[in-house]
Amino acid sequence: MSTVISAQNVRKRFGDHEVLRGISVDLAEHEVVCLIGASGSGKSTLLRCLNLLETIDEGDIVFRGQSLTDARIDPNLVRRHISIVFQAFNLFPHLSVLDNVMLGPVRALGRPRDEVKAEAMQLLERIGLAQRALEFPDRLSGGQQQRVAIVRSLAMKPDVLLLDEVTSALDPTLVGEVLDLLTDLARGGTTMLIATHEMNFARNVADRVIFLHDGEIVESGTPQQIFDQPRDAATAAFLSRVN
Amino acid sequence: MGRRAAVASSLSSALIVGLVVWFFWRAPNGANVRHFFLDPHSFWINLTGDPSRSLFSILRCFETNVWMFMLCEVLVLIFGLGLAWLRLSRTPILAPLRVASAIYTDVFRGIPIILVLFAVGYGVPGMQAGWISQRTPITYACATLVITYSAYVAEVYRAGMNSVPNGQVMAAKSLGLSDVQTMRRVILPQAIRNVIPPLLNDFISLQKDTALVGTLGIVEANQAAHVFGSMEFNYTGYTVAALLFLALTIPMTRYTDHLIAKDRRRRLAGGAA
Repeated sequence: MSTVISAQNVRKRFGDHEVLRGISVDLAEHEVVCLIGASGSGKSTLLRCLNLLETIDEGDIVFRGQSLTDARIDPNLVRRHISIVFQAFNLFPHLSVLDNVMLGPVRALGRPRDEVKAEAMQLLERIGLAQRALEFPDRLSGGQQQRVAIVRSLAMKPDVLLLDEVTSALDPTLVGEVLDLLTDLARGGTTMLIATHEMNFARNVADRVIFLHDGEIVESGTPQQIFDQPRDAATAAFLSRVN
Repeated sequence: MGRRAAVASSLSSALIVGLVVWFFWRAPNGANVRHFFLDPHSFWINLTGDPSRSLFSILRCFETNVWMFMLCEVLVLIFGLGLAWLRLSRTPILAPLRVASAIYTDVFRGIPIILVLFAVGYGVPGMQAGWISQRTPITYACATLVITYSAYVAEVYRAGMNSVPNGQVMAAKSLGLSDVQTMRRVILPQAIRNVIPPLLNDFISLQKDTALVGTLGIVEANQAAHVFGSMEFNYTGYTVAALLFLALTIPMTRYTDHLIAKDRRRRLAGGAA
């Protein structure tokens, strides 16, 4: 399997605080990797660095063999291939659900509206919201909004989907529908890097689980290994707290 | 409102209006002031004009105010947006323009508009710098209004753009939208909706400030009233001009308040998400 994206010894500081302290991660085609760790461990920052929403201080980010820290790289072009979904959905409140999904393909990729619209409707059909296509996001529940946000990213047909604690802002009763969609995507072969606090989901869906602690990768392995036989004391302590 | 409250508020309003009218009516020199400012005959002549006595119709002159502010409003909206955009741009190469935009808004919000009017209206023609010094007074007047009000409106736009949450920008960027597309498709539509009431507020001021351009010799409503006053020794023209301005600004003020109230209700209703 070929590597789609990799972080190589990435360091990131906010002022005096070093949030990422030499992180290296590879993500292969069709692989699903879950990032776990306490809040503030650097999960979100890593994801944002990967699609260039944050600049890194040291190290490199390589996408399909191309270094993204090269000054000649246009971040806007990169982000068409590496899409991120946020904890707070960040749907565009002034656009209908359908227009939210269509905005990227039509404006950033310059694809014809009719074609994009058909695809967008198919995606909305898939999450059972086709009949709500013309409504505004604030008419939908949190779970529905987050599923629209995921589909909005998918409409760009990204090479990698980054998911930043996408269920953390949701009412517990709405978490399931979002995780079901992600499970569905994982089975369909979407390459995903998922920062999450949902340990059962990680155990069932991830090919690999990475435990981040204070900006460093403490441990990485299969879900069975991480959850059942954590080698590091910090991993064990974290898991005993969340379970 | 209950019946008792309605009766009480009507009575107190009537009482206060009555007291004010009574005060001015009974003032020692009240009759004199009424003659100078509220003379019915002068009122009519001011409204319709009298060419045989070289007196302007203030109503006709008011048309100048109306088209001036309509033209200036459009230009201010465009120019102000440009200023705000420059100010918020992060492109390194635009840094000098960003600073220039900041200085511009500080300077023109800080100078009384009448002084800008003098500087532009007398200074620019005085320079004898060719084409730009050979425009009509009304062009200089419009330029002054646009220059000054763009500074105010730029700040309003900027506040609106800043009110759009950063998550919206990140979402737009993560879809691969360029900076210009992010501004045009995501930030501006939300920003403008947030600032329509303050924008309309500035437009009410702009409408009123068209009354200042008479100092350049342009015969608009206020200047026409001034001419009448100096020829007939009667100031009823100013009352006419004031009423005409009110006829224009009051509907706009009411409409602005209506929008503010509507927006408030919308926010309260949908504030959860």
